[in-house]
Amino acid sequence: MTTTIETQPAETVPEDGKPVVELKATGKSYGNIRALHGVSLSVHPGKVTCVLGDNGAGKSTLIKIISGLHQHTEGGLLVDGRPVHFSTPREALDAGIATVYQDLAVVPLMPVWRNFFLGSEMTKGPWPLRRLDIETMKKTADEELRNMGIVLDDLEQPIGTLSGGQRQCVAIARAVYFGARVLILDEPTAALGVKQSGVVLKYIAMARDRGLGVIFITHNPHHAYMVGDHFSVLRLGTLELSASRDEVSLEELTNHMAGGAELAALKHELAQVSGVDTEELPEEGDVTTPAATAPDGSA
Amino acid sequence: MSMTQQAAAAVTTPPAPGPGTEKDGRTTERPLAIRLLARPEIGVFLGAVAVWVFFLISAPPVRDGGSMANILYQSSTIGIMALPVALLMIGGEFDLSAGVGVIASALTASMVAYQLSMNVWVGVIVALVASLGIGFLNGWLLMRTGLPSFLVTLGTFLILQGVNLAVTKLITGNVATDDISDMDGFSQAKALFSSSFDVGVVQVKITVVWWLAFAALATWVLLRTKYGNWIFAVGGNKDSARAVGVPVAFTKISLFMLVGFGAWFVGMHQLFAFNTVQSGEGVGQELIYIAAAVIGGCLLTGGSGSAIGPVFGAFMFGMVQQGIVYAGWNPDWFKAFLGVMLLGATLINLWVSRAATRR
Repeated sequence: MTTTIETQPAETVPEDGKPVVELKATGKSYGNIRALHGVSLSVHPGKVTCVLGDNGAGKSTLIKIISGLHQHTEGGLLVDGRPVHFSTPREALDAGIATVYQDLAVVPLMPVWRNFFLGSEMTKGPWPLRRLDIETMKKTADEELRNMGIVLDDLEQPIGTLSGGQRQCVAIARAVYFGARVLILDEPTAALGVKQSGVVLKYIAMARDRGLGVIFITHNPHHAYMVGDHFSVLRLGTLELSASRDEVSLEELTNHMAGGAELAALKHELAQVSGVDTEELPEEGDVTTPAATAPDGSA
Repeated sequence: MSMTQQAAAAVTTPPAPGPGTEKDGRTTERPLAIRLLARPEIGVFLGAVAVWVFFLISAPPVRDGGSMANILYQSSTIGIMALPVALLMIGGEFDLSAGVGVIASALTASMVAYQLSMNVWVGVIVALVASLGIGFLNGWLLMRTGLPSFLVTLGTFLILQGVNLAVTKLITGNVATDDISDMDGFSQAKALFSSSFDVGVVQVKITVVWWLAFAALATWVLLRTKYGNWIFAVGGNKDSARAVGVPVAFTKISLFMLVGFGAWFVGMHQLFAFNTVQSGEGVGQELIYIAAAVIGGCLLTGGSGSAIGPVFGAFMFGMVQQGIVYAGWNPDWFKAFLGVMLLGATLINLWVSRAATRR
């Protein structure tokens, strides 16, 4: 399983692909608070772009701009090279940008197939008798889920009975089916255990192999490094690091995420406070080591 | 059951690619008994049968066909309103103004027709517009302010209760409206809203037919249409529904208007059955409708329920209400029965929703 995830991005995807979505020095201010400033990012089809950052780094603002919930106040947002301003999530969806939110946008008590088609139901018959095309919807949902490797025997079961990882995968399969070209995943592994995270990472790889551009938001550098082609680390609303996979190692990535520079400054400050033994604290370069050993083997 | 489901949570094998494989053993079909019990209307159906059998044994007059027709009539006047109230509840809201809304509609029709000396149908149409308007106002205020429906509709409940009494006194100088039975169009309207027909020797009220027809229609809409899907979605998780493109405001406002339609229909029935309307009535009825919907298996918090369940819920109410009379007991016991049924149904609902979503 680990091996399937760690395989390099599919070679079949053409390198010349122009970015589907591109941010050019984009920024967003809420009143006098600048949440995001000068962030550039490009999403290519068949590539996974990872956006990392601590809480409050501006990850949510970034997703909201791309998914149409908020509008940027500086710089530009380009879809297929054309500058756009989405005013509703529907417009972003119509442009092929689908977002799988942390809460997954599912209704727990409703059956799996009803959730799959919610908001885009298939119908048949003339108006007064227009009714849901249940047969086709169930069949399609089943096929799409199988294509993503999810086999459910009972599509009538409430989606709330599925495990967190399965629900996440249904949400991804739904976005793929409804014609998404760009998939934004908001912390899909945040609430999951190690094994379930592995399943979700596998589906991210599958979506990528199907030619989708994936924006993978996370604060876990290990998960990001398993599937990512490009890494952007946000800090306090600005881009701290933007590097492709061959330019950065997992250790460097972890270090950026852990705030290596800040830790050094903090250590310096602590040294001024009597009673703190700074000799015992790890060096800047060491901050990654304790965390880096665990997940690779177990994921 | 729980073992296999846990295995499903901990997926370790890579997924079998392609649609070739039928089952991979990660999930099992839930047993038939569980799936049946997960249907919200099963519990109330069993309850209704139990209450029916109980009164068949303890109150001999109930066995008569005429009594049964009377019980069904009682049930239908509750049941017609319980249907839209149930749909609204599945949609995640409730309407405390439903009870006085019925009287407000009847008063409107009666006074418009009588005071302007017009055909009663004018009053009926004006009342329909007014009732839909009240529903729209409830829904619009709710969506606009984001307040809980309890507060918004408590407000309309109090307003309507006061307006019903005050305006009736102001216009007629009395607490009841004038008799409209000799006005143009009365017999036509009575035929629609309050006539009877014979089945063998038993006289059945037309409201029973309307009740069952509305129930069938509501069931179809709920389970087989887009709109029905949206009702479950806005009640189950409003934010998710909005995120996937369900028109939440339209769905909720139209559900409140549907309650308005129900209030209009029952109001018209009362008007044409009794020819006059008492302006102070209707208070407390809203809770009967809500209780019938809850007993019928609708989740008070929304997202789950059926239209058939409230039919049985209303039948239980009608049965108990009339059964106590036929058994010769003190009718005061009715409310006590009601409370016991409500608590029992709520506990069953709770247990069922846990059993159905357990993994």
